[in-house]
Amino acid sequence: MGKKPRVGVFKFASCDGCQLSLLDCEEELLEIADRVEVAYFLEATRLPLTGSFDLALVEGSISTPEQVEQIHDIRARSRVLVTIGACATAGGIQALRNFASVHEFLRLVYATPEYVETLATSTPIADHVPVDFELRGCPVNKTQLLELISATLAGRRPNIPRHSVCIDCKRAGITCLPVAYGVPCLGPVTQSGCGVLCPSYNRGCYGCFGPAQLTNVQGLVQAYRRAGVPEDELDRLFHTFNAWAPGFRESTRPVPKETEGNTEH
Amino acid sequence: MAPDEGRAETALLLRKTRFQDLLDHLVQAGYRVIGPTVREGVVTYDEIHRVEQIPRGWVDLQEPGKYRLRYDKNNPFWFSFTPGPISLKRYLFPPTQTLFRVRRDNGRPRAEAVIPDPPRYAFLGVRGCDVRAVAVQDRVYIDRQGQFSDSYYAKARERCLIIAVECQTFADTCFCTSMGSGPQVQSGADLVLTELPDAFVVRSLSDKGQAIVSALELPPAAPEQVAEADQAVREAAGSMERRVDTTDIRNLLLRNLENPRWEEVAKRCIACANCTMVCPTCFCFTVQEVTDLSGENIERRRVQDSCFNPEFSYAFGTIVRQTVSSRYRQWLTHKFATWYDQFGTPGCVGCGRCITWCPVGIDVTEELQAIRNSDGERGASA
Repeated sequence: MGKKPRVGVFKFASCDGCQLSLLDCEEELLEIADRVEVAYFLEATRLPLTGSFDLALVEGSISTPEQVEQIHDIRARSRVLVTIGACATAGGIQALRNFASVHEFLRLVYATPEYVETLATSTPIADHVPVDFELRGCPVNKTQLLELISATLAGRRPNIPRHSVCIDCKRAGITCLPVAYGVPCLGPVTQSGCGVLCPSYNRGCYGCFGPAQLTNVQGLVQAYRRAGVPEDELDRLFHTFNAWAPGFRESTRPVPKETEGNTEH
Repeated sequence: MAPDEGRAETALLLRKTRFQDLLDHLVQAGYRVIGPTVREGVVTYDEIHRVEQIPRGWVDLQEPGKYRLRYDKNNPFWFSFTPGPISLKRYLFPPTQTLFRVRRDNGRPRAEAVIPDPPRYAFLGVRGCDVRAVAVQDRVYIDRQGQFSDSYYAKARERCLIIAVECQTFADTCFCTSMGSGPQVQSGADLVLTELPDAFVVRSLSDKGQAIVSALELPPAAPEQVAEADQAVREAAGSMERRVDTTDIRNLLLRNLENPRWEEVAKRCIACANCTMVCPTCFCFTVQEVTDLSGENIERRRVQDSCFNPEFSYAFGTIVRQTVSSRYRQWLTHKFATWYDQFGTPGCVGCGRCITWCPVGIDVTEELQAIRNSDGERGASA
């Protein structure tokens, strides 16, 4: 192998948790540093942003006009661009603003809202630039992140399933919460990847990894309605970290027309 | 010869007070005993050592999309429950298995098979549907000419002992009588137990089973005890309400591939794959190759998969079965139609797990009936 691949880790509107998953790879961290050149990663080094990247890991959503320009710059510098985490892949929890008026939020939250420059929406990276791979999760799963890096280094497709959480619950022998306890759980329509964390602690799935591939969200919404899950509970269930992901977006609320697209403030 | 009469001659009696002796003997004989036990709110199959671990007195309630357990302290019966989500499939064909590893040794790849040696399982309390399910899976994994058998499965099967218990109660979701798999167990098990309030009538169907009963020196059952036990099973069988009309079912489904019902069920089906994961005969798996960061170590894994997983139909660079209706149709027509072509039997044993564990409560028996009812109606809304 010739020169080590240059990796950059970038952040937009987000909590930094997904980037930290990389630092959380404690045992593998030295090996990662050995295999790649970490050329830009503000959580870990103060190296300035220069040159181009073989792999860009992008965290966070686009929520300001400045970020729109930045993401185009990063895309132009990067051979492979992978988005990491629900903010980058679906707009994050901050995309709840997309269902309401950002002006109202600004007025309520900030003493002097006129100083805040923001977009009316929080949107995933893929709405702005082409993305080579999306690593889901809130936060991303450490094992999946390592698999992604290993696969990228080996030049193969990562083994990242896009099927439901149920498949992994059943493989693990975990009792189905909706069927055995009547607990509403998003697992049946959510992409697996967390290692069935919540169901293994008897909590319904929160949908951190967003909709599973080619699923039928409405089928589950209707079933939970029939089972008597209150409408506000159902609405909250789908409106968290992946609220703006197609499928979850239209689950329980009508999508407001004025927030479709990326209207600037 | 009426089967009940033939069976009566060899029937023995195992008093409940001696049941622990059976468990102890199995362990002494080198078996790992896998039996029903309550865990996380369901009856599951797990390793058991003590008779107290059997869900004595527990009764399950099952209906489409719903499972609940309750304890009845006045119930003298030990096996008043029907199958939970786990079947023997979990033990005979584990959900994840590493098949081999390859590592680079001085630049040269070196492969090493890592398939483990299966334990000697004694499966206890297996119901008729699950006994039949093992027979169905045998046809998938074991090649009678011995050429293309799955080595782990074949070895696990050869070593295992199956002790069946005939059902005298049914869940709302059960339909074994339609599939001819229960509640009576005539073959496929080594021992068959039929429950009385204070004892079990025991019949041996194999040499392995005979060895167990001989070692325990069980006394013969009295003819009236045998009659009482068999009567209870027969009565229960007569009370089963859920049915599938299997008349010409293969051809029925194959001439209804464009029936509008597939689109209708796809509005409710969420393609979560629970039905296939709990099905005791579904055998689909995927194979993954995994490398580590260094690229020096490669592993091939076999992982239980499902035809409801879109990527299961990934071929030629795309997903072939994009729609939920196409995936539901694939599953149902395989179970009840093309399975006959492949293996000479239906792929369904009537355990009803796919009905209970469907989070949206889709009922396979209802779907089959809907197809039958609309057979011949061209484009009619089902």
